[in-house]
Amino acid sequence: MSSLEQLYQQIILDHAKSPHGRGLVAGEESSHQRNPVCGDEITLALRWDAATGSVAGVGWEGAGCSISQASASLFSDEAPGKSSEELQAFIEEFREALRSRGAIELDEERFGDAAALSGVSKYVARVKCAMLAWVAAEDLLTRRDG
Amino acid sequence: MTTSEPLTPVEVDSLRADFPILHRKVNGHPLAYLDSAATAQKPAAVIDAESAFYRESNAAVHRGAHTLAAEATELYEDARGTIARFLAVDDDEIVFTSHATEGLNLVAYALGNASAGRGGEAARAYTLGPGDEIVSTELEHHANLIPWQELAARTGATLRHIPVRDDGSLDLEAAAGMIGPRTRLLALTHVSNVTGAITPLDRLVPLARAVGALVVLDACQSAPHLPLRPRELDVDLAVFSGHKLYGPTGIGVLYGRREVLNALPPFLFGGSAITSVTLERAEYLPAPQRFEPGTPRLAQAIGLAEAVRYVEGIGLERIAATEHALGARLLAGLAGIPGLRVLGAADPTARAALASVDVAGVHAHDAGQFLDDRGIAVRVGHHCAQPLHRRLGVTASLRVSAGLYTTADEVDRALDALSGVRAYFGVAS
Repeated sequence: MSSLEQLYQQIILDHAKSPHGRGLVAGEESSHQRNPVCGDEITLALRWDAATGSVAGVGWEGAGCSISQASASLFSDEAPGKSSEELQAFIEEFREALRSRGAIELDEERFGDAAALSGVSKYVARVKCAMLAWVAAEDLLTRRDG
Repeated sequence: MTTSEPLTPVEVDSLRADFPILHRKVNGHPLAYLDSAATAQKPAAVIDAESAFYRESNAAVHRGAHTLAAEATELYEDARGTIARFLAVDDDEIVFTSHATEGLNLVAYALGNASAGRGGEAARAYTLGPGDEIVSTELEHHANLIPWQELAARTGATLRHIPVRDDGSLDLEAAAGMIGPRTRLLALTHVSNVTGAITPLDRLVPLARAVGALVVLDACQSAPHLPLRPRELDVDLAVFSGHKLYGPTGIGVLYGRREVLNALPPFLFGGSAITSVTLERAEYLPAPQRFEPGTPRLAQAIGLAEAVRYVEGIGLERIAATEHALGARLLAGLAGIPGLRVLGAADPTARAALASVDVAGVHAHDAGQFLDDRGIAVRVGHHCAQPLHRRLGVTASLRVSAGLYTTADEVDRALDALSGVRAYFGVAS
């Protein structure tokens, strides 16, 4: 696969075309993130299971490039079931891999389909696109855990 | 339009040899640099001129009596003279700034300082306050937009914008209704950095003249591409950046009509700009020195003068004719690609060799990445013109822009890549 094919794997193009997790409930707490370079934006909410204390679901709205939109979609698939500590660690590992300039591959066991975003790490200018939804979730975690 | 002959392909090839960066490869392909509207590449003569200054003549200018100081001062003032002749104005009407953005901020702050009562009797003609109006347009670069927002907020003046029509052109009838007795300032671009459209200054400037308003021109996208004559255009102030004119970064030019510059109070304060200073107050030198406090951008100004000599050696009329043909080729090619929309395609004749497109179903960033993979450098995003993009119904676009070294083959490579973008991203068969 060429670098471009690694960046735009079919799984990413599919998620960009038919994203999962879209939709916000009026009034729910959300985080709005914007990439000032290109105007991409994501507003994301985390829904918590009061009984288990873990993420029950993710809702988001946004507009932007296929990487930012697919990444939000993939995040929506992978975040549910994680406690806030687990999610924080998950986001940090994701960031470390994306900032590694291709040195670290995301583990498919751990990241599921979101591992397809590994190809972004070779494109420094696109890391911010892929991080947009994840930064929104991190912002909500910071607010939740104060 | 110009009657000059375009450069021949052989001439363009020989000019390309002057630009070292054009010989590198990107992602395994020869670089096709189609982002000159963002910044132009530099000929070796410019790179060498900057380097030679540091190697041979570096010293502080306008002070000190030693030989190097005298040489550096002469080189710096010669650079000013070169720019002045390039614009067909006088040397003392040229102010060096860090970039065009600083030039526009300088004008806005000088007017703000005049409005705050600084600058004495001479500056009183340039005060703004409640009831006064600043008129700009809906298609400006943020650099020619935000300074006026801030000036209006500081002075209580009202900021109005000449609207853009669906075809990307300025609504001249609305302009005629907007520019009136309250108008004190008209700030507008010469060439849009998004649509490439050349502003019909002959229709707009007289409206401002008739009511005695000051006219400020953003010439960033015109200075590298067509002969720029501020006096013929009848504008009071004009700015452009050096790096878009094949010169170094960190240098810009503000042209100001002598009477206006000498009446405006300074913006930045410090050494080199004064005649006498006490602990309580300062007296300022006439323009341009009053606007150039601190150690000037010497190597950059000298590099820019070399860039100006370089384009003058080719002839801006010939550059304009060459780029016009490239622009026509680009527009014709884009029109033939399904699913592409050219932003502001109003008048194909009155525009610079650049075009911004919206690719249906594909975000500009993704399309740009696809081109980059083939070694083609284009700009993606809002090009620092968010209001115009919003007005035209898009958040981002992909811009292809030419320079004097651009070849028809490079334009064709971009067209070929753009024709494959939608299929690659699965939005067209």
